[in-house]
Amino acid sequence: MTDSRMALRAEALESLLTEKGLVDADRIDETISFYNERVGPMNGAQVVARAWRDADFKARLLADGTAAIDEFGFSGGQVDKLVVVENTPGTHNVVVCTLCSCYPWAVLGLPPRWYKDPAYRSRVVREPRAVLKEFGTAIPGDTTVQVWDSSAEIRYMVLPAMPLSWAGQSHDILASKVSRDSMIGVQVLLD
Amino acid sequence: MNDVGELPLSDDCQPPMANGEVLFDEPWQGRVFAMALLLAEQECFAWDEFQTTLIEVIDDWEVSDAREGAYVYYEHFQEALKRVLASKNVVDSTELDARTAAFADRPHGHDH
Repeated sequence: MTDSRMALRAEALESLLTEKGLVDADRIDETISFYNERVGPMNGAQVVARAWRDADFKARLLADGTAAIDEFGFSGGQVDKLVVVENTPGTHNVVVCTLCSCYPWAVLGLPPRWYKDPAYRSRVVREPRAVLKEFGTAIPGDTTVQVWDSSAEIRYMVLPAMPLSWAGQSHDILASKVSRDSMIGVQVLLD
Repeated sequence: MNDVGELPLSDDCQPPMANGEVLFDEPWQGRVFAMALLLAEQECFAWDEFQTTLIEVIDDWEVSDAREGAYVYYEHFQEALKRVLASKNVVDSTELDARTAAFADRPHGHDH
């Protein structure tokens, strides 16, 4: 049975169990978060930490994200196409899936609840600065905010900017400081 | 969520872990895992029964032709859950297959 067939059967099972009142989406999300929260995003954090320390890797990552993350051998890395977009002083990137919740789960784990929320999905395109502000993220007026709409074919991940004071730190320390939200683009990493 | 804090699986059928945490390779795997825990909490089945079924499913796979394919822990986990729910008359296998087929007929393009 292929993975997509298994995914369909899992979805079918969830819908039947929900109708029977035995499970609900919120409890499932809570349970998953409990087990999963730090694992998935750690893959992405490894990628970011390496890119910060290794200019050649960063160049490969930005040129072809899918090929570059293959170097890590993450299990379940079947992302058809991963595009990594770099935050710079001139551009801040933020990722959304306006149609549903396509997400680079191979590097970021499972999407947070708000990512699937219709309000985030529609508003971040219309008024990204306002949405980012609600996440506590103020983007300078002269920085362009670029919104990337994911699909089943292309998933995006943000390469956040490293605070200057972190330069010279070890890979593991840097990776531990990279948050999931910074790789979705709703957060800017600060000292 | 204290009731699921201790992973209730014996050593011989532990899910994939990294740094002591459960690894889900794809979203559906997390949802199936969570559903099993929640159903056991509600005593739809005893966790021992699920665990025994999971061991049987994995044993069956190991002696079957499917052995050639990749081992995906959660495929076995989902199969075990399907069998236990059928045996407890919680979800009929026919009902599940029909719903799966109906979902398969939806237009393709985005996953969920």
